[in-house]
Amino acid sequence: MKKSVLHVLFVFFVFFSFFAFSIAVNAAPIPVAEINPGYVYIGPVGDGGWTYMQDEGRRAVDAAFPGLKSTIVESVGEGPESVPVMERLIRQNKSKLIFAGSFGYMDYVEEVAKKYPDTIFMHVSGYKRADNVGTMFGRMYQPRYLSGLVAGKVTQSGNIGYVAAHPIPEVIRMINAFTLGVRKTNPGATVKVIWLFSWFDPGKEKEAAKALIDSGCDVLAMHADTGAVAQAAEEAKTYVIGYNNDMSQYAPTMHLTAPIWDWEKLFSPIVKQVADGTWKSEAIWWGMKEGAVDLAPFGPAVPEDVRKLVAAEKADIISGKQAVFTGPIKDQSGTVKIKQGETMSDDDIWSMGWFVEGVLGEVPK
Amino acid sequence: MRLRAEKRIDSPAWMTFMTTALSVLLALTAGGVFLYLQGVSPFAAYAAILKSAFGSGYDLSETAVKALPLAIVSLAVMLSFTMLVWNIGGEGQALVGALAAAAVVRYFPVGSKPAMLSMMALAAVFAGGFWAGIAGLLKAKWNVNEIITTLMLNYIAMRLLEYFVYGPWRDPSSLGFPMTKPFIAAARLPSLWGTRIHMGIYALFFLTAVMEILLWRTRFGYEIRVMGDNARAARYAGMDCMKKVVGVMFISGAIAGFAGMCEVSGLQGRLQSGFSAQYGYTAIIVAWLSHLRPSLSLIIAFLMGALLVGGEALQIGMGLPMASAQILQGLILFFVLGGEFFQNYRVRIDAG
Repeated sequence: MKKSVLHVLFVFFVFFSFFAFSIAVNAAPIPVAEINPGYVYIGPVGDGGWTYMQDEGRRAVDAAFPGLKSTIVESVGEGPESVPVMERLIRQNKSKLIFAGSFGYMDYVEEVAKKYPDTIFMHVSGYKRADNVGTMFGRMYQPRYLSGLVAGKVTQSGNIGYVAAHPIPEVIRMINAFTLGVRKTNPGATVKVIWLFSWFDPGKEKEAAKALIDSGCDVLAMHADTGAVAQAAEEAKTYVIGYNNDMSQYAPTMHLTAPIWDWEKLFSPIVKQVADGTWKSEAIWWGMKEGAVDLAPFGPAVPEDVRKLVAAEKADIISGKQAVFTGPIKDQSGTVKIKQGETMSDDDIWSMGWFVEGVLGEVPK
Repeated sequence: MRLRAEKRIDSPAWMTFMTTALSVLLALTAGGVFLYLQGVSPFAAYAAILKSAFGSGYDLSETAVKALPLAIVSLAVMLSFTMLVWNIGGEGQALVGALAAAAVVRYFPVGSKPAMLSMMALAAVFAGGFWAGIAGLLKAKWNVNEIITTLMLNYIAMRLLEYFVYGPWRDPSSLGFPMTKPFIAAARLPSLWGTRIHMGIYALFFLTAVMEILLWRTRFGYEIRVMGDNARAARYAGMDCMKKVVGVMFISGAIAGFAGMCEVSGLQGRLQSGFSAQYGYTAIIVAWLSHLRPSLSLIIAFLMGALLVGGEALQIGMGLPMASAQILQGLILFFVLGGEFFQNYRVRIDAG
């Protein structure tokens, strides 16, 4: 009898201490004026793409939380030089929250986060998490797929070009999603890929675009940080699908649409959670349902039936009725990778390292 | 009226000091005007730069971290510049040095730190030396312009790195992202005093002393200085310039290769896409500003590190965009390098 009372007490204490501990781990609320979020950008805000959109998101968040004072650092290399940037944001600016805006910061975020356990880090597009490090990204492959539907309908020659930054899973799954869309509306079309091995290199981006146009592509898509591909397409009067933001300003007559980011939808809830003291480390991967990614308004060249088709598919993706990576999906050699009726798991989508059928090009091995 | 620049026979010490002081002052004034036009108080901005470069032990340590690779690579290029051989491939030589170090970690890992690190250093030194040696050999044999070859070899080194991190060395657990496995603990240069400064700093001091002696106290140094001053005279004196070119380039590349190993082993702990030896080109300016004196380059590298740190400080503390910070850095370097001109040349105004 006595023993069992002790047992109950013991269990009770264990639970209680666990509970108390978990409260201690969850950060206390921080007044908005003291969060001082720091944003570490890979490119300059003027890149007209990736960093530009992140900064638009930051501005919107600042406007939404009166008293919030954010600081940015542009063009921070993805190497050890990013360490003192984050440390200075914490030491000088008293940042309680750091957004690290590119994949290559991963190891350095981990390193700095260990040293500053009271600061919360959100790493964009990475996969390493810790008590004070969370990761965030958008399911950009959803609007990518939709833009593929448009490209497949618009192409006359069936040759579509794709200017791609680095051969990493993020870029590969976008090419795949795009190609799935293309082949749905145009089963014979192909997508030719050129690698840049760089996120930000307007000169190279433009050269790659020209090379694709010269090889007979009549629609271009792109995955890089600037509007250079759209500019090249406008000059050559070739249709183009932008990325990051509505790139119709670079290609007023030739822009079809673009898969775009809305970083406010990603940043804002984090700031709110930190302010409320409810933040905890997790892997955020939000899609069109949450509004983190979307499709830019259509250009004049997109016919009405395509608009209707895209609207219908978009509604299905948002409602969860349809997933982009649903079988049958074949790889380049024609082998079935995803069987009829099966859907790829998030983990498999996240680490995708092979091309689907219809992509011309290869992943460097 | 015509402006004419003629070379000074010798520049007295006071003149050197005055021109340097004046050009720094002019640089700060021009930078101040620029900052003022940006709507920022120049005094507050300079104070922010000074504070973030030298303000605390932490700040000093981070300035040193930036200065370290600059100083080592500047020693490397300095040697070749003394001979008027233009090795501008420090960046690429450091890269292949880092690659070689990573290769040793991958294929011959040993548990003992001293053994592991010496093997890495040896590999890096040979790889860097070999890389620069190619340009040296081409120059010696067929008089191929080394500015072009060293520069082109930089790009080849970058592509080589990409080949390995995207290809055979890619960490299978990285989910396909381009980087090698993290180095084993034995392959990490220990950091010192609880900062990010690593053991490479001892090597830097040692190398600086060696270079100072080599350049100014040995026959070898004397010969390459003569070759730099007057190649024809050197040939008459029976010195074999072409043979020396290969040797000088090899040593130069070897030092740069060592800088690459320091960076990858001391700071990164793995090789990843986008790895750069950090400021391989800036090191050329450091070598030049220190008048090719190894001991002076320690100080210049540290000041250059402060200037680089200042770029971040202006963004974080003053809310200036990166471009403004870089313009300011460029302005300061422009005036300081411009001052060098007036040290070596006298400007005459000819009437009529």
